[in-house]
Amino acid sequence: MSPKWTVWLGGVLLAAVIVAALYFPALRRQVNKAKDLTEKTAEQARRELLPVAPVSTGDPMVKVKMFWGSRGQEGELLPVVVELPLSRDPVLRAKQVLNTLLAGPVDSESRTLPPDAALLAFYILPDGTAVADFSDEIRTSIPSGIQSEQLAVESIVRTLEDNVPQVLRLKILIHGQEADTLAGHVDLTQLFRVNAKDAAGTQLDNPSPPGSKLPAPIRKAVDTMRRATKR
Amino acid sequence: MAFRFGILLGVRYSPNSWRILAGAIIAATLCRVAITWAAPQQTGGTNYPAARAVQPAASATSQQSPGTIAPPRTGLNIVVLDPAHGGTDQGARGTEGISESDEVLQFAAATKKALEAQGFQVILTREGNDNPSFDDRSARANAQRGAVFITMHIASTGLTGTARVYVEPDAPQANNITGLIPWDRAQAPFLSLSRKMGGLVQQELSKRFKGSPDTLQTAPVRQLRTTAAPAIAVEISSVSVKERAELDRMVPGVADAIARGLAEFRPTYVVPTIPVPGGSVQP
Repeated sequence: MSPKWTVWLGGVLLAAVIVAALYFPALRRQVNKAKDLTEKTAEQARRELLPVAPVSTGDPMVKVKMFWGSRGQEGELLPVVVELPLSRDPVLRAKQVLNTLLAGPVDSESRTLPPDAALLAFYILPDGTAVADFSDEIRTSIPSGIQSEQLAVESIVRTLEDNVPQVLRLKILIHGQEADTLAGHVDLTQLFRVNAKDAAGTQLDNPSPPGSKLPAPIRKAVDTMRRATKR
Repeated sequence: MAFRFGILLGVRYSPNSWRILAGAIIAATLCRVAITWAAPQQTGGTNYPAARAVQPAASATSQQSPGTIAPPRTGLNIVVLDPAHGGTDQGARGTEGISESDEVLQFAAATKKALEAQGFQVILTREGNDNPSFDDRSARANAQRGAVFITMHIASTGLTGTARVYVEPDAPQANNITGLIPWDRAQAPFLSLSRKMGGLVQQELSKRFKGSPDTLQTAPVRQLRTTAAPAIAVEISSVSVKERAELDRMVPGVADAIARGLAEFRPTYVVPTIPVPGGSVQP
């Protein structure tokens, strides 16, 4: 082989190495992305199919406090400030903060709600009573115990209290039905006071206006709860 | 007609038959009154104070007129122990096949012995692998006079080797002119007594199990809401221990703490009184 060809061959090989070096980081990113996609659970895929609270591009970025578990203090909640585009509509706003709460903190050990649970529906009645309907996983995947169930409910209540002042009381339903307990311990037949100061002075027996469109099972649960409160 | 009725009963009709029959009815009525009067002092009776009309002595006394005050009777005698879950509901499940429903039976059995050693009579809501409803469990306590209720749980989370006591959060008392307590709010009038009892038990637990809280916790535990007696939930952590022996080592300490806490609570406990129409109070 003549020296001229050797120089040409060397030049081509060098160019190939430079091109490969430039392409390698992009290739690595693509591989990592593909890995993430294969690790996605069926539940995450299901959650993506559920209607997500729409986020308008015009929604202002707001600093909100999310209440997740504290790693340092057993059985305590810790407020974590997160910046989110939040709607001004209280129902959408509540859905946005609860979906963020369900998505969980960066540190998965501080999670208070099961990762595969989903918020199916959320309503606010004219008297300030909110109804949050969660998927069955909130009951089946939560660690069993009074402490863990109490933390789950407290995290929902305190996150709503801090971010959606229109919610005065909360009724939790599971899969559209009224449940006796969350997972065998914490009583879900009652209403949870969200903004306790405001809720104290408000009567619960205001009927819903005729135009309020609640699905039949939700309406039934709310009526039952109202009757119980009247007693 | 009277003659035929006498034949049916297998007795011969005579002019005195009606007198004998009337006498028997009066005697039976008197016996029934005597049994009803004595029943609240017996254990295992079938009266349901929550459905009847029971208020804690503190609130009932305030309704008494000066002339009708009956001396309050102290005497906590019965402890209803409720091992949680059971049947198909195994509760929390942990390492080495530990299930809450089985393990909690051991804790309840040891606690029963410790309480009996302190002179209490103990009733268990379940002794085998069955699962009474929440209301059935509460009913065991509501059927007694001078009883307290303790539901026992083992969590799947929490710092291993610790124990916590829970009471119901504040709830408005039902404003009922009949004096009857609605079943679903039966715990409301007993909350202050529950807090007192829970505080004493928690103190004893925190002495024995390092890392346990010094003060009692509040949570709307379902079993407590329908109980018309001082009621607490004791939760032990946890079924997620490395080996079963760690949990078994807690059994005597938990039993002793509950027994000592209740022994301290006993002198301050006043048997609830029953308000009767007209404002007077029957002791």
